Amino acid sequence: MEAPNMSYINQLSGGDIAFKNKLIGIIKTEFPEEKAVYFESFAAKNYNYAAENVHKLKHKISILGLEKSYKIAERFEDHLKEKQTVGYEAFHEILQTITDYLETL
Amino acid sequence: MNCIIIDDEATARTIITQLCAGLPNLTIKGTFSNAIEAIKYLNQNEIDLIFLDILMPGFTGFDFIQTLKNPPKIILTTSDSKFAIEAFEYDCIVDYLVKPVTLSRFEKAVQKATSVVTVTTPTERAERISDNHLYINIDRRLIKIDIASIYLVEAKGDYIQLKTETKNYTVHSTLKKIEEKLPDDLFLKIHRSYVINIKKIIDIEDNSVLIKKDVIPVSRSNRPELMKRLNLL
Repeated sequence: MEAPNMSYINQLSGGDIAFKNKLIGIIKTEFPEEKAVYFESFAAKNYNYAAENVHKLKHKISILGLEKSYKIAERFEDHLKEKQTVGYEAFHEILQTITDYLETL
Repeated sequence: MNCIIIDDEATARTIITQLCAGLPNLTIKGTFSNAIEAIKYLNQNEIDLIFLDILMPGFTGFDFIQTLKNPPKIILTTSDSKFAIEAFEYDCIVDYLVKPVTLSRFEKAVQKATSVVTVTTPTERAERISDNHLYINIDRRLIKIDIASIYLVEAKGDYIQLKTETKNYTVHSTLKKIEEKLPDDLFLKIHRSYVINIKKIIDIEDNSVLIKKDVIPVSRSNRPELMKRLNLL
């Protein structure tokens, strides 16, 4: 499993520590909320809505430099649109990896 | 260029705000987490450029564009490249940014927005709206209405009542505002409180018109224009 990194955030902040901390703070607030909404939709078998939730989570995945995970999420989103759950284990693993990483920041 | 950012995701709004801050020719006038708030803002303010997310809950970026009579330049921002083809159907869309947006790609998009020449005239845009739709805001929901189905608009204090073939809607707006959104070739103000769809007139008698089941007064000053617009034998 690839590891999240700060490459994009560092590049974007251009050494502006205040902005970097602000952005990390927003991600740390927003990611658990989006994740909770996704799990709720997935548990309720509301797969169209879950696909929308995955779509939004993809942005966080890409911000944290998880390129392979992004592709996994993209495929999972497509499956959900077809009302299939193929790939959910891998996607849930990605969410857990990000959760663990954000706790270290 | 004055710009606004519309994205339901706070992280995305923060990133675009930061990228804008690095370009001296951009001034952020507002950031919005939903299209309804942005529409309210645009009804009162002129903007040169919008950074617009495509997938937002309940109301997509494309739905939003269709509510604008004279849309400013728009740069789409999305986590998905699948919408690119649809984006090219809109003259106002100057570029399409896939998230996460990098500084170099962002600068290129803004450069395009700065240099792009608007080829669509306001009249052409108005015509496009005329055979299209109108969105009205009721209880924080944007409801799509086929413009041609509207037969009467009545001013009621701070509200207007829109009467269509199938349903009536009461909206917090003014007759002047709705008049600006409706195509001139189809709609005419015949009284200070009424705008009618002239195609729906059943008959005219002295100083009133019968439209569907409604008898609407015609003011003396508006009567000559009404008569001019009718296909009289």
